[in-house]
Amino acid sequence: MTDADKKESFFLTKADQFITWAMKNSLWPFGSGLACCAIEMIATAAARYDISRFGMELFRASPRQADLFIVAGTVTNKMAPVVRRLWEQMPDPKWVVAMGNCAIGGGPFPTYSVLQGVDKIIPVDVFVAGCPPTPQGLLHGLMTLQDKIAHMHPTQEILKPHARRIR
Amino acid sequence: MPAASADDRRLQDVAESLRGRFGDAVVETFLGKDGLIVRLRPARLREALTFLKENQGFNALQDIIALDNMKRGPAGLGPAGPRFEVLYQLYRFPEGLRLRLSVEAAEGEELDSAQPVYKSADWAEREAYDMFGIRFAGHPDLRRIYLPDDFEGFPLRKDFPLEGTKRGL
Repeated sequence: MTDADKKESFFLTKADQFITWAMKNSLWPFGSGLACCAIEMIATAAARYDISRFGMELFRASPRQADLFIVAGTVTNKMAPVVRRLWEQMPDPKWVVAMGNCAIGGGPFPTYSVLQGVDKIIPVDVFVAGCPPTPQGLLHGLMTLQDKIAHMHPTQEILKPHARRIR
Repeated sequence: MPAASADDRRLQDVAESLRGRFGDAVVETFLGKDGLIVRLRPARLREALTFLKENQGFNALQDIIALDNMKRGPAGLGPAGPRFEVLYQLYRFPEGLRLRLSVEAAEGEELDSAQPVYKSADWAEREAYDMFGIRFAGHPDLRRIYLPDDFEGFPLRKDFPLEGTKRGL
């Protein structure tokens, strides 16, 4: 080794911590506004609340380019197969935030036409309550999701491919 | 009592010509606060719509409204009658005259489609079919419009459970 090489800086970390650090700080949300919650989601992305502080400002119009599904609004039974399909089109690893009371459990619509909770068709990581949730509420949910991602063990999926993925 | 306005006089003329043309098929006509209301026997529905469009200048069908009057009758609040009532909201442009045509239909009874007369009846009648199960004879494509194609039942009927037959799933 040369002297110059010895002066190169380095740091030690665990692979899991490094990978989850990278994943949680560059979530790419899928812009999926289904109802009025979308307005608060848009406000969260705008200058005042500034979702780019969390590296999440890149709302994608295609599920294939996103890894965070914010289900913002009422999911009707007619829309449910579409939501399921969009989720299936997102590449792994991916996360789902159910935003608002409608997405959590049907909200004020206990009716024939509304899906009573998006967790009946796709796995949800974080539920953000409110009607609609404030931008602060959504950001709190997203920070909760970041904490959850920080506790993942992505290397386990490489070392033990048959082990169940830790969510 | 205030003098009848020019609009009211025009609508009275329409009512007169409807009675002259359709006689007993016109059950009742009266002026409501938002225009003329005509109750008609369903047998001459399409004929009356054609007459109103082509002779009386009602050039727009704004909406078709269906009602389920299941709760009336001996056990309910009002007089007995056919279960469904269908309202055709007509508009005469540019005078701004409104006419509401009301026909009644028993359960399972078909009404003549207004689609051959007014193209805007196409989706409106599909909606009435989707929500109430009222069928329209002569409609070119009578299938559900809002609800999924495999939906069972007609949710705006009074005997349909609010939360649906599958509890919203």
